[in-house]
Amino acid sequence: MKNNNTIQRFFKEGIRDAKGESIRHKAKHQLGIQTGQVKTGQLFSINYELNDEQLRAFAEGCIKDKITDEAFVNTYFEPTQFACAVAVAQLPGVTDDEGTSAQMALADFFNLKLDVNTQHIFSQSIYFFENKLTEEQLQLVAKRLLGNPLINHFTYARPDAITGKIELEYYVPEVIMEIDNTVNYVTLEGLSDEELVQLSKVQVLALNLAEMQAIRDHYQNPEIQAKRKEIGLQMQPTDCELEVLAQTWSEHCKHKEFNAIIYYNDKSTGKEKTIKSLFKTFIKGTTDKVAESLKANNNEWLVKVFSDNAGVVKATTDKLFVWKVETHNSPSALDPYGGAITGILGNNRDPLGTGVGGAKLLFNTNVLCFGSPEYDKPLLTGQLHPRQIMEGVVAGIEAGGNKSGVPTVNGAIVFDERYSGKPLVYCGTGGILPYDFKGKASWEKPIDAGDHIIMAGGRVGKDGIHGATFSSIEIDEHSPMSAVQIGSPITQKKVYDFMVIACQKGLIKTSTDNGAGGLSSSVGELAQIPGGAIIHLDKVPLKYSGLKPWEIFVSESQERMSLVVETHNLAPLFELAELMEVELSNIGIFTDTGYLDIRYEEEKIALIQMDFLHEGVPQKIMYAEWENLNLTEPETAVISEDYNDTLLKLMGSLNICSREHIIRQYDHEVKGKTIVKPLMGPHGKAPQDAGVMRFAFDTYEGVAISNGILPRYGDIDAYEMSAGAFDEAIRQIVSVGGRLPNTQSNDGIFWSVNDNFCVPDSFYDEVGNPDGKQKLAKLVQICEALYDMATYFDIPLTSGKDSMKNDFKADGQKISVPPTILYSMTAKLDDVRKTITSEFKMEGDLIYQLGETYNELGASEFYQLQGVLGANVPKVRKEAAKALYLKVMQANEQGLIESSHDLSDGGLAVALAESAFGAGFGAEISLDALPTDLTNEALLFAESHSRFLVTIQAEQQEAFEAILGERAIFLGKVSSTPTVVIKRQDQVLVQLKNSELQHAWSNGLSF
Amino acid sequence: MVKALVLTGFGINCEEETAAAYRLAGAEADIVHFNEVLISGFSIHNYDILHFPGGFSFGDDLSSGKVMANKIRYKKLATGKTLLDEIKHFINEGKYVMGICNGFQMLVRLGLLPNTNLSFEQQATLAHNDSAKYEDRWVYCKVNSMSDTPFLTGIDIIPVPVRHGEGKLVFGNDTMRQIVKTKALNCLSYCTEDGSPATAFPENPNGSELNCAALCDPTGQVFGLMPHPEAFLSLYNHPNWGQMKRKNPNISEEGAGLKIFQNIVNHITVQKEVSI
Repeated sequence: MKNNNTIQRFFKEGIRDAKGESIRHKAKHQLGIQTGQVKTGQLFSINYELNDEQLRAFAEGCIKDKITDEAFVNTYFEPTQFACAVAVAQLPGVTDDEGTSAQMALADFFNLKLDVNTQHIFSQSIYFFENKLTEEQLQLVAKRLLGNPLINHFTYARPDAITGKIELEYYVPEVIMEIDNTVNYVTLEGLSDEELVQLSKVQVLALNLAEMQAIRDHYQNPEIQAKRKEIGLQMQPTDCELEVLAQTWSEHCKHKEFNAIIYYNDKSTGKEKTIKSLFKTFIKGTTDKVAESLKANNNEWLVKVFSDNAGVVKATTDKLFVWKVETHNSPSALDPYGGAITGILGNNRDPLGTGVGGAKLLFNTNVLCFGSPEYDKPLLTGQLHPRQIMEGVVAGIEAGGNKSGVPTVNGAIVFDERYSGKPLVYCGTGGILPYDFKGKASWEKPIDAGDHIIMAGGRVGKDGIHGATFSSIEIDEHSPMSAVQIGSPITQKKVYDFMVIACQKGLIKTSTDNGAGGLSSSVGELAQIPGGAIIHLDKVPLKYSGLKPWEIFVSESQERMSLVVETHNLAPLFELAELMEVELSNIGIFTDTGYLDIRYEEEKIALIQMDFLHEGVPQKIMYAEWENLNLTEPETAVISEDYNDTLLKLMGSLNICSREHIIRQYDHEVKGKTIVKPLMGPHGKAPQDAGVMRFAFDTYEGVAISNGILPRYGDIDAYEMSAGAFDEAIRQIVSVGGRLPNTQSNDGIFWSVNDNFCVPDSFYDEVGNPDGKQKLAKLVQICEALYDMATYFDIPLTSGKDSMKNDFKADGQKISVPPTILYSMTAKLDDVRKTITSEFKMEGDLIYQLGETYNELGASEFYQLQGVLGANVPKVRKEAAKALYLKVMQANEQGLIESSHDLSDGGLAVALAESAFGAGFGAEISLDALPTDLTNEALLFAESHSRFLVTIQAEQQEAFEAILGERAIFLGKVSSTPTVVIKRQDQVLVQLKNSELQHAWSNGLSF
Repeated sequence: MVKALVLTGFGINCEEETAAAYRLAGAEADIVHFNEVLISGFSIHNYDILHFPGGFSFGDDLSSGKVMANKIRYKKLATGKTLLDEIKHFINEGKYVMGICNGFQMLVRLGLLPNTNLSFEQQATLAHNDSAKYEDRWVYCKVNSMSDTPFLTGIDIIPVPVRHGEGKLVFGNDTMRQIVKTKALNCLSYCTEDGSPATAFPENPNGSELNCAALCDPTGQVFGLMPHPEAFLSLYNHPNWGQMKRKNPNISEEGAGLKIFQNIVNHITVQKEVSI
């Protein structure tokens, strides 16, 4: 049905167009383009049968705002005072929530039952520009500020030569496809090695030769052949079977490189070693050892590690804490907004689908790595400008987190040139599960043959099928876009609300999320529990017709959960879903046949042996090689000519300066349980070390959340980078008042850590990746440090992620990220009222540095400012660190510490400045009690680990020093004058007003 | 006991802390999905307060609160009436309605606020913040001493967080602004820390006309605001709780936002006692 009705809405004359003003500002400051006035509006193309009168009533009642808008119904606003225009529509198949919401409004307005699950109303944005931009300028504004060619269609227009009116021709992104249910067989038998590799490439299976051979040979197995004959399948794999195997055996799902055999050759020492699996040796190995140590001390709060969507620990006497951090890097490189929003929503589904499911989400975190927003090199084909990536990612996290009602309480942003191709987007989510639902353990995943498979939430489209590999020939203007997906927070919020209630009512036996690999992955994994499943793909509801059966099974369409439901619960579950407007489909049944059995109507599409599916992938073999880097410190010491100037430059440097502009776009206090927000103090300017949440309104028990990430240190020493990041995350939690685990028997202080690796391709290839062995060696070193630190501190890893191919390739060039590890830590706090924030509390308080400063300026922000790398990277001295942390805990038990800020980027000077201006107080300190053999630069700016800047009340000096002893180095006092003064001997090194420091800090990132 | 009905669903997300606020204030609070009322016949009339919480109903598509407001205005219940008809009846019975953030946006679009002549026509709107950005920041608000709504009794200046992208209250014309001022329906205004009227961002975080942060209707029974008092139930929600507690170790652990809920619950409790 074609109806081609349209409604346009624009602001009336005299109404401020804030969005238009913002675009004008960005065009000028980011692109150097003077647009003049920008007028924004919206167009809705409506494919429902409505007469003019109905359409007009709908426009008046539902689309336009009575106070600010004017609406045009089946006519267009065609102004003459503008010089050019752009209309930005979605490409076919791209989520259009605004259009969908208009459909809901239409149904309510006329009290009709309408099909609101497929797209009938299409929205688009319209922009008119006052100035006559060149074609190139107009396209730049459109593609950088208004949309992304991967997901948007742009229509450009200029005034008609005669009338002077701008007439835009509006494009409607309907999906039109031929229906094609055919199932094809793919012949592997008799193919040579070369042909197998070629086939994998052409079909975009991403399987290597050994894996292709394993599949070919499996289909020669007489037992398999007999089984296929019995049910009438041919002896070669179907397209669906091959796709399911490729999905299940993907790096993403099977972590083949973390499970590979690694031959490690240390050329500096001549020693060789073999690592049978990084995961088993260092990740699971760590937690196994920590678990033993915890148990020995009667600390039994570890409930579930690695085996579910998120790690589970005991939080209180009646609650479990669930914690997961994921990455969404590649999608964010293609479409930053969509990549980030699906990243955060996808990560929310992990706690939501852990155990039985239905965890209540407590908070989000995000850690982002970008290239400089001032990047000025020519962009490679397909490369987005780092600023566009940053702004898109931030907007995606804003929409994903805020619209889901989950507070974003902690995060970090790291800038480095090497993230200019691929950004890193780490999304974390913590949630709370009750111990049981109607008497059944909430963390378990029971499934029996005969249980139903229910798909809940969004519909299925071509989203994410073979991502970016569509050839240009296959795409016409009505082909659905598959490379990138835009999340729909509102669809997911409805699913989330529904899951929480359905689980509480005991209607869901267990659940999991649909993420990478779609149903193939979710049902394929759940089916391992009972030992098989039958799926009817024709029962899966689609966004639009035309998907092939295998595409339905592997599609990565978002906002879906797979539920396991017993027959007697079907009716009440469907009733609840109808009330909450969540679409459910009964798509199959679990079995114990040992096979994954996939059907479309009467036809058999696939029959895959469960054992082969999950255990058949051959182990990968990789090679690592290490040679010392032989770095040195600069021959003549790098000195600061003017410490005031240096400190101001550091305050304004990209990795230190304020993120307030970004932080405030995230809701960090919805749910009312946030105790330490990212910015605190009298004017909300004091950055904090860790986030703190209370679990519920009836308890002050809660959790501290921190993130440790130090990629630049890896340029000198990957082991120390990893150990340092681990220490950073621990000390941030200790700083806010957290306690180390396992220091007392049965103390209930859980720690739950997600390790998140993002590395460049580390698989050696003589031509494509000649330094692959060196990169792999760094990965091994990162893992070794992780093991050493976690086992020493008894801190368990409970879940994690590895992203192994973070390289952007185009035009024969490659931009690879530095090997990056993020440790996202959470730890129980007995009483959130006793937490300690970073800003000074009162004038006259005494200021101390806790912990030692060393001659460690290597890879520091200070050296970066001077363009030097150096060699003396900060080293973690874990014995000294732990001894200090135990003392800090002791001081906190007596309530002695008033403020605490860990020393990190920029060292002591930066921490002092932040604690001062964040509080509205000044500080006067002397460095005389610090080691005399170190330079001023080292004392002020070195980033040695395991240090804090704390303040205490003067009358507590004796008690405090009695506990801390030599580890507490007295520096000076908090002053009422808002000035930071740092002296050494009689020399004044730094004397700056708070306002100067804060100004530099607040303006480091321009927008 | 005073009973509060907290409606939720479709992207509303502040229902839990809102219910907690009423409970801490001594009321009973039920969280109920909108469709229970719109489809399943759940009656709002068993309650004393009807509450529209914050969040992103329908993702703010078409405008914040608009799709939900349309549902309330147009969707026919099984009785043939709309929920708006029921709400009018509810108010006529002398009962109370409160909306926060997205809930306030709904009340304004429904014409329940400011409702100067009790015609239930939309008289104002919530436009995009002047900054064109969503923002979470703490602001101070001052109570209009001329206003007479039980929700604000005994409050002078209150610190609260704002968390919105569309919070700029626009009346569209001088006449409406004047009527609102004359009737003192602009019951809460953005101000500086010492209570002087806000003159610019960030004290006025969104560019609202009249610095207006909240409205009440002429009866005082309907009250709505952009800031989130339900996000300040505990002292420890305040970004400066550390210095506040140091300065005054005996400071109450209750957050100042709770007072608004205590006010209305106490007011209804007294009313009920009188009527008994």
